[in-house]
Amino acid sequence: MGGFPILSVMLLVPLAAAVACLFLEAKAARNLALIATLVDLALGIVLWLNFDVGGAQWQFTERLELFSGFSYALGIDGIALLLIELSVFLMPICIGASWNSIDKRVGEYMGAFLLMETLMIGVFAAQDIFLFYMFFEAGLIPMYLIIGIWGGQDRIYAAYKFFLYTLLGSVLMLVAMLYMVNVAGTTDVPTLMAYNFDPSVQTWLWLAFFASFAVKMPMWPVHTWLPAAHVQAPTAGSVILAGVLLKMGGYGFIRFSLPMFPEASAGFAPLIWGLSMAAVVITSLIALVQHDMKKLIAYSSVAHMAIVTIGLFAFNQQGLEGSMMVMLSHGLVSGALFLCVGIIYDRLHTREIDRYGGLAINMPRYALFFLLFTMASIGLPGTSGFVGEFLSLAGIYEVSTWTTLICATGIILGAAYMLYLYRRVVFGEQKNADAAAMADLDVREYLMVVPLALAVLWMGIYPESFIAPMRGDIAALEARLASAAPEGDSKVAMGAATSKDTSAHEDNAAHEGAH
Amino acid sequence: MSSSILIIVFLPLAAAIIAGLGNKQLGNVPAKVITTGALFIACALSWPIFLGFLSGSAEETVVPVLKWVASGTLTFDWALRVDTLTAVMLVVVTSVSALVHLYSWGYMSEEPDQPRFFAYLSLFTFAMLMLVTADNLVQMFFGWEGVGLASYLLIGFWFRKPSASAAAIKAFVVNRVGDLGFMLGIFGTFLVFGTVSIPEILSAAPGMAGSTIGFLGMRFETMTILCLLLFIGAMGKSAQLGLHTWLPDAMEGPTPVSALIHAATMVTAGVFMVCRLSPMFEASPTAAAFVTVIGAATCFFAATIGCTQWDIKRVIAYSTCSQLGYMFFAAGVGAYGAAMFHLFTHAFFKALLFLGAGSVIHAMHHEQDMRFYGDLRKHIPTTFWAMTAGTLAITGVGIAGLVGFAGFYSKDAILEAAFGAGSASGNFAFWMGIFAALMTSFYSWRLVFLTFFGKPRWAGSEHIQHAVHGDHHDHPDEEDSGEHTDAHSAHGAAAHEGTAGYHPHESPWVMLVPLIVLSIGAVAAGFVFHHEFISEGTGEFWKGSLVFDEHLIHAMHEVPTWVKWAPFTVMALGLLTAWYGYIKNTSFPAAVAEQLGPVYTFVYRKWMFDELYHYMFVVPAFWIGKVFWKVLDIGVIDRFGPDGAAWAVAKGSTYAQKVQSGYLYSYALIMLLGLVGAISWVIAG
Repeated sequence: MGGFPILSVMLLVPLAAAVACLFLEAKAARNLALIATLVDLALGIVLWLNFDVGGAQWQFTERLELFSGFSYALGIDGIALLLIELSVFLMPICIGASWNSIDKRVGEYMGAFLLMETLMIGVFAAQDIFLFYMFFEAGLIPMYLIIGIWGGQDRIYAAYKFFLYTLLGSVLMLVAMLYMVNVAGTTDVPTLMAYNFDPSVQTWLWLAFFASFAVKMPMWPVHTWLPAAHVQAPTAGSVILAGVLLKMGGYGFIRFSLPMFPEASAGFAPLIWGLSMAAVVITSLIALVQHDMKKLIAYSSVAHMAIVTIGLFAFNQQGLEGSMMVMLSHGLVSGALFLCVGIIYDRLHTREIDRYGGLAINMPRYALFFLLFTMASIGLPGTSGFVGEFLSLAGIYEVSTWTTLICATGIILGAAYMLYLYRRVVFGEQKNADAAAMADLDVREYLMVVPLALAVLWMGIYPESFIAPMRGDIAALEARLASAAPEGDSKVAMGAATSKDTSAHEDNAAHEGAH
Repeated sequence: MSSSILIIVFLPLAAAIIAGLGNKQLGNVPAKVITTGALFIACALSWPIFLGFLSGSAEETVVPVLKWVASGTLTFDWALRVDTLTAVMLVVVTSVSALVHLYSWGYMSEEPDQPRFFAYLSLFTFAMLMLVTADNLVQMFFGWEGVGLASYLLIGFWFRKPSASAAAIKAFVVNRVGDLGFMLGIFGTFLVFGTVSIPEILSAAPGMAGSTIGFLGMRFETMTILCLLLFIGAMGKSAQLGLHTWLPDAMEGPTPVSALIHAATMVTAGVFMVCRLSPMFEASPTAAAFVTVIGAATCFFAATIGCTQWDIKRVIAYSTCSQLGYMFFAAGVGAYGAAMFHLFTHAFFKALLFLGAGSVIHAMHHEQDMRFYGDLRKHIPTTFWAMTAGTLAITGVGIAGLVGFAGFYSKDAILEAAFGAGSASGNFAFWMGIFAALMTSFYSWRLVFLTFFGKPRWAGSEHIQHAVHGDHHDHPDEEDSGEHTDAHSAHGAAAHEGTAGYHPHESPWVMLVPLIVLSIGAVAAGFVFHHEFISEGTGEFWKGSLVFDEHLIHAMHEVPTWVKWAPFTVMALGLLTAWYGYIKNTSFPAAVAEQLGPVYTFVYRKWMFDELYHYMFVVPAFWIGKVFWKVLDIGVIDRFGPDGAAWAVAKGSTYAQKVQSGYLYSYALIMLLGLVGAISWVIAG
């Protein structure tokens, strides 16, 4: 890239546009926000095309020493690259989703969204631990405002709940970071990733980070902010919340907890597995009984994020790559599902499932896209949902078969609650005249769902595009974890020659002779 | 061959996409022409491949398509594998699918949503072809789930009907229970063999006998646990005892769908899987015995239910379930060739029976209850003769050592193999199979006699009444009427005698041509192909694509004469009983049902599986979900978490209100600056 500071530019474009939006009229603000996000998307594509797969671990690095060791340091590896791509891909769609539905304080709304984009990219690109912290925590603010100002009726409660949960975790994380910087003598993330902290200290450092990431993830039982936030947030807020903000927890685990505290991670792995198993079963069953579409999808997100955590704490390549794929796929699919909810919410202004029905009759195109995203959420092979889920579960199988069995029940429960939702909304007779009169997708909506649909299929059919950039980084992480990885419970033991086994052997020899 | 297999597999997909996305803009006729045309091309290309394997000139081929996933050592690609086993499936799938496409031109002609229907049918065919050409377990799983999706969409095709969309969900979710097993089986297989490539697994499988593996904290024989997990997948897809409840409900779909998916192809995927992985099952006698017992139990249990149902499609559905049981126990005792042979012949005669039933339903204005049929042979003779051919095939009419209809060859071979295997599970399967053969003959002929013979009983049918009185409204709930009315009063059919002035019409030629073609298959498929599939020394035909046990084939031919004649005897007995009960003395069945009382009701209510599962799984799931939500999330976590904190921090509310007022920028700014300040202060200090 010849020294062109592309990451800084990607941070700056939305930031500058955000400031400008504050002073613009509604129409101009919308246009500017769309242009800025599209420019960032274009830069994102340039970034991806110039990313050297299999090259140096950290690329596009920028470094500006500020004061006392704190520096403005950016740089990405394959993992960060993919999450940045996800962010810049979803942003124009979010602006599109807000095009008509937001009509008060549009400039400020667009400003908040653009600021959010800067902060999200910043989280994934930061190479200084305090820079990361600033981006990570500041991301709260625009989201808090989006829910609190442009949200639904209970927006204040939801915003407050969201804020309280996430802030609580982050205080502990800040303390841990301060300690780490003192001990290791650097704020540089790549250096810290290779630093061997004393195992006894790792335990509480791990817990401090865990407090923050578990909430962001969100893991059971600190998930209750998520349904509330989703239900109250405007459509685009939900898309970005589910699409990118939830990935910050997973990114935190993969960037900090696992490489910096491998021994503690291994020690706490059973805790993670336990919480993940609880999350899959409990939140899936809760999703089954929801009457509110957004709440249902929010609860399903908690179940899907549990598949991410078991993959991460499988300590092997399949699990780690799988959890990354689940994150990327969930970003697209849950974003798309919230968009689907938003599309009919814009027409009828209710999220109540029972108010709909028979939409396949008057909105057949909508029904088709909704079906695709539903199937991707269920993890149908050929869609993005399958690859990650399959790899994560394959990874954890090598370590804990109980965890695999319990978490794999998610494929049954997931099918049950998603198809039950789909049945009530899309199938059946038209129950209400207003729902029956709703028009099918318009051009703006096509422009939002078609790219998502294509991405979902691409990731399902040819996931190599997404696995290749992170392969080296995941392999390095696996190597880092190798010494601490827990022993699997499913290892094969060859021929303990009891009499029964020998007879089986002979049987086989006979059959082998036969063919 | 490599280019033709690509066309065979992907042409139906292309057709499905064009018809599906074009939908109403494309129009009915172009959509039908494109999909049906694609299938006939695929069919025309499939037969030469099959004949190539039949003559021994074709060789096993793998056509790579695209890289799929490579994660560490776990790698699998999209690829199409063609060997004898695949070739057999190719002709079955493409032939039946092409005929069903054609048949649907007539059957679905009054539907407003035809492009969608044909797109689904072609999509299904694509997924099924991906399944049978899979070279690795994950692609097989792709096809497995793909056919599940198509099945879901087609069962729910009439999505306005609550019963149809409920049946669609049930089919998908019950199948997912099986898929869970399949998935765990794949994980275990990868763990043990370090690969998911089918040929590599199969060549390494025998060497794993005697090893043990950890699972759920215990240790098991490796091959046993892997095979059982994979077989759970097969049980789901092939509707075996315990996971069968979705199949009868799947009859909510249009009848051509029942013929293609729920009789000839998709439901046989489980049998295909066991045959494809036969070296694995051979490495675990325990798993093979389990397959035998489940298959035998299913073939018996489903046949008992088939004897009592009144809905013509449900009788055939239970018959399918039962016949799949035969295939499984054949595979379980090691006669994989016989299992595949029965799969092959069954595809023709069962598709024929379903399409014939569709023709009857078409003629009877959507009436599916056989109590309101009767005397139809004079009105729809072609359908009658086709159904008769199918019935002769399924009941296995033939003379040992001479000649017979398709089912005669395959079913007798299965029964002889079960007996010849000599094991306890084989004997169990043999006797279950004999009883089931008796019942097969009974319910099949009962269907024919109730439908085509006797006096017309059409007057009692509301569908017919509507037709006669020019009222074209469909009553979706009516199909279930047979279940809800009291089982015993149901026998009082005599009250409804008469034609009510209705005139049934024979179906159009697009529906009759498939019936005639399949009739030829039902008559001749066994005679023409039995030598290749199951005779001694035909391991050459299978070329190692499944385990072909020459000893077992030899033992089959050595079984005592009474074993050879037993299937024929019970077939004749079943025919006679059906004739006596439904032609000679029509009050007899009601009297028998009366005598049997609770036993009859138990069987009639399908062994109460639906009720059991409803109260065991569905009701508790919703109840527990509510408890988790209201009690755990809201009552405990929120109460002692954020809400508790809010209460403690009384200023929470005023603090939140400020956000709404004009302070928001200053608030955001202060927060950010404060953060930066705090950090810099700590570092600088």
